[in-house]
Amino acid sequence: MLVFVIRRSLQSVVVLVAMSVIVFVGVYAIGNPIDILINPQADQIDRERAIAALGLDRPLWEQYLTFLRGAVTGDLGRSFVHSTSALGLIVEKMPATLELAFSAMLIAIVLGIPLGLWAGLKPDALSGRTIMAGSILGFSLPTFWVGLMLIMVFSVMLGWLPSNGRGTTVDLFGVPLSLLTVDGLAHLALPAPNLALFNVALLIRLTRSGAREALLQDYVKFARAKGLSNRRVIGVHVLRNILIPVVTVIGLQFGALIAFAIVTESVFAWPGMGKLLIDSINLLDRPVIVAYLLVIVTLFIAINLAVDILYSALDPRVRLSEGGG
Amino acid sequence: MSATPPAAPPMRDAQSPFARLAGDFFANPVAAFGLGLLAAIVLLAIFAPLVSPQDPYDLAQIDVIDGRLPPGSRSSTGSRFWLGTDDQGRDMLSAIFYGLRISLAVGAASTVLALAIGLAAGLAAAYAGGRFESFVMRIVDIQLSFPAILIALILIAVLGQGTGKVIAALVTIQWAYYARTVRAAALVEKRREYVEAARCLALPPARIVFRHLLPNGLPPLIVVATVQVAAAIALEATLSFLGLGLPITEPSLGLLIANGYQYLLSGKYWISFFPGVALLATIVAINLVADQLRDVLNPRLQR
Repeated sequence: MLVFVIRRSLQSVVVLVAMSVIVFVGVYAIGNPIDILINPQADQIDRERAIAALGLDRPLWEQYLTFLRGAVTGDLGRSFVHSTSALGLIVEKMPATLELAFSAMLIAIVLGIPLGLWAGLKPDALSGRTIMAGSILGFSLPTFWVGLMLIMVFSVMLGWLPSNGRGTTVDLFGVPLSLLTVDGLAHLALPAPNLALFNVALLIRLTRSGAREALLQDYVKFARAKGLSNRRVIGVHVLRNILIPVVTVIGLQFGALIAFAIVTESVFAWPGMGKLLIDSINLLDRPVIVAYLLVIVTLFIAINLAVDILYSALDPRVRLSEGGG
Repeated sequence: MSATPPAAPPMRDAQSPFARLAGDFFANPVAAFGLGLLAAIVLLAIFAPLVSPQDPYDLAQIDVIDGRLPPGSRSSTGSRFWLGTDDQGRDMLSAIFYGLRISLAVGAASTVLALAIGLAAGLAAAYAGGRFESFVMRIVDIQLSFPAILIALILIAVLGQGTGKVIAALVTIQWAYYARTVRAAALVEKRREYVEAARCLALPPARIVFRHLLPNGLPPLIVVATVQVAAAIALEATLSFLGLGLPITEPSLGLLIANGYQYLLSGKYWISFFPGVALLATIVAINLVADQLRDVLNPRLQR
């Protein structure tokens, strides 16, 4: 187990370094930020002073080493546009994104698991078929377009809900949250379900197929043969066995939610990390792009590592291969 | 009548595998509907110049006076805009037909390229085994642990924008799915007796791989490829909507939707709504077909 954890952690570090090189080199090769950032009216001396101040005159590898040295100490460079710390900008926007992702995951769990269980128990009933048809729709609907349609119906036509921003926030331990105010909840009411949609469909399908498989297993037949109530058979024997893959997917999907929040945030002008990324790509604000990608890749690697380790702890049947793997 | 063969084979076995699969496929009316819808969409896309009321990108045929007309309006020359017009006075119906072309072409092109790469990598990994296999599969694992949209954004941020770059990003995302599917299927088949027999006959590896491993690995691959075409189309639309996908010279459905975004808030819904419906119909149709293919091609579900 320890060997596994060390091996996986080392692998994660290698992936992180490789990603940082790819991202850094790639991002620093597109466009020319000098043209965007420096006033075209500026004379030659001003230009050169600005280039030197931003460190853009040095060779690429030297810029990378400077960047790497900074990264280790938590300094991912300064935004060209905002002239503040790139990491600081991202950390500042992170609570908004996490709040959105948590709300979406909660919606997905509360809707997806019960509906999936129902569809798995009654695969041929009209209700089960309707749920499945709905889940195909949930998979197929492009998130960004659903977001537009939500705005069209609930903001433009009905005028019930706001279409952009976070609304009033309340600080909880210094972190601003929308969840705690009525106005904030109204602002969450469209983006959170929008982001949750794909995961509701995913959890429905996962729970349903798990339930259908579990129902055919000998231990379920045995439980029924013992005369246990339907409620107990499903609640204990079926549900517990399908929860292992479901919990794993929930863990992994949380990272995906943060990534997909890029789209939802852009549609609803939710002031999170994702919107910051899109704005930065459009402005060629390289330090912020690099910092965002590194932050999210780190987040992902951490989530994957945690899920892998948790999974092996949860399910005794999983034998982690400590050899080749 | 004593000549009756003792055990007449059931009809199913007498049919060709394709006819049997087709029969199973059309047994589900929803799937048949999906296939019909998909066929109609593909035909509309291919024959867009013939069926469109106007060429939406021929400046001589559009007039700014007709801009932002609601669905069903008449143009200044008397023809009807069934789905309304955009800000340039373009007929939305025609724009959607042309947009479908671009969306489908990008989806299909990236799928074919990714399929070729994934197939080669997966088969090579399964057949070669050893270090090469662990190397390829490790890349696949790492890549699949990141969501597609994130990889696409990293690549677009790195490569820059443009049609070729969008396709490159889609291929990079998809090849891993194929490689994993093909390898898994090929590994199962590799241990079967007929492959062993083929080896004993000293058949060249290429023949074993392409004549024996590949055909038997096809069913799961077809299902994955179908799902991935839909995923590629959706992802291209998302990237284009974010302004990071195709250039304005290639107005795919995603770009049409993005173009209508600013008019949505003033109640002019049709510029974004109808291209979205077309996108949705395409993705639903493909997913319905994929769903049924999965059931039909899955030997475990066969009675």
